[in-house]
This record gives sequence, C-alpha cells and structure tokens, in this order.
Amino acid sequence: MIAIVDYKAGNLTSVQLAFRALGCEAAVTSDPRVILSAERVVFPGVGAAGSAMRNLAGLHLVDALKQVAARGTPFLGICLGTQILLEHSEEDGGTPTLGILPGRVPRFQPVDRWDKVPQIGWNQVRIARPHPLLEGIADGSEFYFVHSFYPAPADPSLAIGTTDYAGVTFASMVGRANVAATQFHPEKSGRIGLRLLANFTRWSP
Amino acid sequence: MLTKRIIPCLDVINRRVTKGVKFQNNIDLGDPIEMAVRYSDGGCDELVVYDITASAERRPIDIAMVRDVAQAIRIPFAVGGGIATVEDMSRVLLAGAEKISVNSLAVKNPEIIAEGARAFGAQCIVLGMDPVSTPDRAQCPSGYEITTRGFRERTGMDAVEWARRAEQLGAGEIVVNSVDADGTRAGFELTITRLIAEAVRVPVVASGGAGCAAHLRDAFNIAHADAAIVAGMIHTGEFTVEQIKRELFADGVPVRMHW
Repeated sequence: MIAIVDYKAGNLTSVQLAFRALGCEAAVTSDPRVILSAERVVFPGVGAAGSAMRNLAGLHLVDALKQVAARGTPFLGICLGTQILLEHSEEDGGTPTLGILPGRVPRFQPVDRWDKVPQIGWNQVRIARPHPLLEGIADGSEFYFVHSFYPAPADPSLAIGTTDYAGVTFASMVGRANVAATQFHPEKSGRIGLRLLANFTRWSP
Repeated sequence: MLTKRIIPCLDVINRRVTKGVKFQNNIDLGDPIEMAVRYSDGGCDELVVYDITASAERRPIDIAMVRDVAQAIRIPFAVGGGIATVEDMSRVLLAGAEKISVNSLAVKNPEIIAEGARAFGAQCIVLGMDPVSTPDRAQCPSGYEITTRGFRERTGMDAVEWARRAEQLGAGEIVVNSVDADGTRAGFELTITRLIAEAVRVPVVASGGAGCAAHLRDAFNIAHADAAIVAGMIHTGEFTVEQIKRELFADGVPVRMHW
C-alpha cells in the first residue's frame, strides 16, 4: 500500500487520483502507524514551510517520516514536501525543516522585470544523473511547477534533475538512496508525470 | 525555460460546453469531460472551466462536474463561477481542481481573495476580470473599467487599480478578459493586457479575442502575458492546440512541444 502523507498542507486529491489512474490504491493518511507500515510513502504538500512544520509536529509525524526515510522505504517528496526534506527553508523568516537531505531552500530573486515569483507553469527538467524514477522519460521533458522557493542541496551530487528559472539553475529533482523528491508536480504533469509516478510504484531502491 | 501556457476555456451551462459572442447567442459545443480529455491529450497546458450561469442563478458550482474533470485529466485546471465563500473554494479544490477563479463576486467582496489566499495559498486564487475601454479617464485613469456579471454591469472601478489591489490581497494570477475583444477572434486587447502585466508581479493570462496563433504570439511578445486563453478558434475545429503551438514554436515562442 502507498501512503500519501496528509499534514494539512494543501489538497491531495490530484495525487490520489493520479495513483488511481495507474491502478494503484493509495491511502491519504495522517496516522504515523499507517505511514510506518506502508510499502511506499508519498510526501506532497503546497503552502508555507512554517505552518507545514508545525502541522507535522502537531500530528507526531516528524519521527515517522525520518524513520521511513532512514530504513529504505521508497519515499517520494513533491513540491513543499521536497523543500521540507532539506535542513532549512528561508520561508516564514527562516524555518528549520526535517533535515532528511542536507541543504537549504532559498527564495527566487528575480533578475528580470518579467520573472514572476511564484514560477507557475511547465518548465524543462534536464537529467543530471540517471535515476530509476526517470526511466523512459526524455532529457529536457517539461513538468508543471508552482513555487517561490527551490531546493539547494548541500552536495550537488544529490541533484537528479535541474531546471533554469529567474537566473538560477536549481535542483528540481533531488534524492539519495530510497529518497527521491521533485519540486515539480508529477501528478499534474500529464502522461510524462504519470510515467514518473508509475516508475515510483515499481521502484525497489 | 518556463514555457508560455495555452489554456482552453470551457464555458459550461447545464453540463454542456457553449460558446457565445459577448455572452449572447450561445451554441452547444459538446460534453465538458470529453472536451477536457481531447484538449489535454492534444497538448494544452492547463484548462479553465467556468460554470457560467452559477453566479446569475445564485447556486453553487456543479461539483460533480469538477470531480469528473479531475478524474479524467492529469493537467492543472481552474474552476470559476458562483464561488462566493471559502467553503465554496474548499469544495472545488477537494474535488480535484488546482485553482479557483473569482470575478464578479470578488468585486462585490474583495476580502474573499485574501481569505482564499490565506486558506489555500495565493497560487490557488485566480482573479478573473472583464475590463472594457472607457473614455472617462477621470474615473478610470487607465482607460479601462471593470464590468461584472458577464459584462452586464459597469462598476466605475479602474482595471489597473483593481489588478494591483487584487495582487495585494493575495491573487496568485490575473486573467484579463477584454469585453471589447471577447468572441471577436480579432486578437487579444494588447493594451490593457500589457498595462496589467506591467502593474503586477504575478502571472497574467490574456483572454478574449484569440483567432490565430499570431494573436497568441502578440499577447506573449508585446503584452508580456504569461499564458493565453483560447476558446472559439479551437472549439470550432478550425485550429488544434498542437497547430497553434507548432506555429508559436517556429516563431521562437517557448512552448511545451512534447506531451
């Protein structure tokens, strides 16, 4: 069973619908026991890092997430979920986050008058290194993004994919061992996004 | 590079997609779910679905339809029509929509933008506006006045002022739907689209008047729109999203070409 972690950080309907479209039953849950017993864990989320961390603490999910990440369970972060896997976010005046991956989360600083923050729309992901989740996905494929902050892993080798926006090349997909995480929304990225999620359902890291 | 988005618009009455000129002479175009799937498979980047009579009929939006669209497609879509409260927004989002579009009811109650942005994040809240050109520069310095209720009522509000205010309140995106250009297929109203794009820092979507790919190119290159809405030109079958994109791509506009 796939557990989709619900920590009151946005709407999880489209994540669940995407797995259903793949024929996989995925349960939306806030229960640490369900998360700890799941075969795979999806950690999505939209919104702000500060309230997300407070919600995770309030729901007693911090330890459960660290445990599943540490013991090899296939783990997929999406959007805000990805950002709070790192150690520190600039959001909400600076927020310490889970620290499952080393790095921080800065905000876009527009260099051009027409750079909008948040970035909203489809942008290319260049493959930094081959990864089972990107199997069958062409280098430079476009995925759907909605975000004002971006992952900056401490070790560049954590980057799986990179994307250019607002004058920076940032790690739009990061990961290590059983943890993989996308800044973009595979669940809203059409057929190519669905392929990434299908790869996740078969992934045995 | 971030690509320019092409967004088909489905105006729905009683679960049928319709198209009229200036909200009149509506013609039946088909089933909204079938059309959403066709456009999504055909390479559109996003969709917008308006329940166009919900507001006038003072009834909640057709949630079953929103749910069916969400099940059928895997790209983002926005929903508008009759959204008056945070509870309405919540229902639409839980049904699987990515964004909520508010228009007339936000003019009446601007706080709904702030409440929605606080509850769900600014990226969920789209302000739709229907500006019309006006000679009254004393009242509307930009030369464009906001209308509501399907262009039926003028408000005396300046379009650029309203865009700035909506951004401050927390709108994450602004759709500029020109009353003058709507349904004409003679091109977007570039002047007001550009004025709004210059006035705010959130993405701006050009709407109303698309008739050929060159109109979209001008909206992107001249008016600095981040996305453009298309309706009649694809609903009639005269163009496909793919054709529009091929032409834009050949013209050097960044668009998503693989889906």
